[in-house]
Amino acid sequence: MKKAMSRGDRLFEWTIDAFLVAVLVVTLIPMWYVVMVSLLPFGKSPSLFIPPWEWSFEAYAQLVFQPTIWRAALNSIVLTFGGVAISLTLTVMAAYPLSRRGLPGRNFIVGLILFTFLFNAGLIPTFLVVKDLGLLNTYWSILLNGAVSVYNLLVMKTFFQSLPESLEEAARIDGANDWQVLWHVVLPLSRPILLTIGLFYGVANWNNFFEPILFLSDRSLMPLPVVLRDILTGLNVAEYVEGGAAQAAPAEALKMAAVVLITLPMLLVYPWIQRYFTKGVLIGSVKE
Amino acid sequence: MSFAPAPQPNRRLKRLAQSVWQHRMLYLMLLPGLAYFIIFRYWPLWNAQIAFRDFQPTLGVWGSPWVGFQHFQEFFGSYYFSQLLVNTLVISLGKIVLGIPPAILLAVALHETSRRFLSRIVQTLSYLPHFLSWVIVYGILLAMLSPSEGLINAGLRAIGLEPVPFLTSTATFQPVVVLSEVWKETGWSAILFLAALLSINPALYEAAAIDGASRWQQIRHISLPGMMDVLVLVVLLKLGSILDAGFHQIFVLYSLPVYSVGDIIDTWVYRQGIQNFQFSLATAVGLFKGLIGLVLIVVANRLARRFVGTGLY
Repeated sequence: MKKAMSRGDRLFEWTIDAFLVAVLVVTLIPMWYVVMVSLLPFGKSPSLFIPPWEWSFEAYAQLVFQPTIWRAALNSIVLTFGGVAISLTLTVMAAYPLSRRGLPGRNFIVGLILFTFLFNAGLIPTFLVVKDLGLLNTYWSILLNGAVSVYNLLVMKTFFQSLPESLEEAARIDGANDWQVLWHVVLPLSRPILLTIGLFYGVANWNNFFEPILFLSDRSLMPLPVVLRDILTGLNVAEYVEGGAAQAAPAEALKMAAVVLITLPMLLVYPWIQRYFTKGVLIGSVKE
Repeated sequence: MSFAPAPQPNRRLKRLAQSVWQHRMLYLMLLPGLAYFIIFRYWPLWNAQIAFRDFQPTLGVWGSPWVGFQHFQEFFGSYYFSQLLVNTLVISLGKIVLGIPPAILLAVALHETSRRFLSRIVQTLSYLPHFLSWVIVYGILLAMLSPSEGLINAGLRAIGLEPVPFLTSTATFQPVVVLSEVWKETGWSAILFLAALLSINPALYEAAAIDGASRWQQIRHISLPGMMDVLVLVVLLKLGSILDAGFHQIFVLYSLPVYSVGDIIDTWVYRQGIQNFQFSLATAVGLFKGLIGLVLIVVANRLARRFVGTGLY
């Protein structure tokens, strides 16, 4: 139903579209430039456009054959998926009971949990707990310390509350206990929220660099973001380049190739992430 | 008027005990999560008492001697107290003031454009940076800002200006922190505003158009008021957490030359506590931040309930 547009309206549409294109350019140029620098051959200075026939994949070749990178990738995978498994299990097992209206003490427990969301004892007291538990320099420090997010727990609880109670009652009449109701009735209905919350946890784990730095001391345990940080700050570029001085790629190309390589897995799952995250944000915003 | 006796306390207790027993499976299910909160969230609260002690790792939390408010006094009396507070507030406020308008603009533009494809592609790509680790964004910033090969410095050189070491100069570090946050989060923050716009009844726009309102006027009188509640909520939430200026971001981006402008409460606590082993002093500062933060978020929530009718939590 396109109506004839006045000149003012046409100007309006132009301005809006120009703004959107500007947003697109500002978002993309830095990423594009990173890719260009990563393909930089020796003796060239970086620019926004390097013609394809000058591209050098040396930097990628250097990185891909570094065992350090592969070990870090494996570490990242363990931390990401192990973390999601632990976090989802704990979150579901806490959110479901707290979504039952008849549970005595429910409000008190929710209050207890909410309080930890509002008041944080701080970094050092938490560090001491991990230290006293003997978890320093083990993955358990990271996997357990960040296991449950209050926000995710409350979103999940709200979702469980919104499920029709009649289904559960029917299962209960058939003699199902709470675990069976959760497993056979509630969880199959909760696929979207499980995916959303699982992705929330997964992305946070994949990007996590601070807790590994805080809790781990063994370099061989470090995940990808920490290794990338080392490469970027030039702490030990030599470690990632065979032969040290005899580099086959400019240092900046090496750094940016590392950025690209480590962003790649995120880009591959991004279509799913985007779909479920946007849903998750909206679920979260209409809670209560 | 019935003469039913008031339920005896012990009968009520009995009924409660019965109900608790009935729900025993659910409590069992709740146990691991509860254990998590007690161990990793309440135990630290107990440990926080070392703010009032002189903590020695060999003596433990309970065995270290009490020193009262000594660490707090040391912190409040030091030169870095005002510096940390100012840096934290300036960076936080900068992010609020420069972050929200672009998000609103983007939401309005996405809502108004008649080009579906453009809208889809802008949404998809502008959300992307939100999912990138700050370490990756640091890499992107190096590519843009480094004095030797940075794109922006290449531009400066091309027009005959001196290159600027953006990440290591005290004059530019705070703007870099604020603007990189805006670059990373604008698309994502626009989602909430866009949702508010989509919930506006389209009949309002049609009626306005029939009455001769231009598109600009429709934005002013329909779209902007329609986003007011969300805006108030977002601003209050951000003001409530104003002491969180972005620890992970600054942790990655800052370096010794810019400590004077980049150091915020959280980064200072990390350095003093973890790197310099000043456990008690760092805990005191963290506790100070936590308490102010608690007051701010509770007040923000009250205000939100009062003015928007819905709280933050």
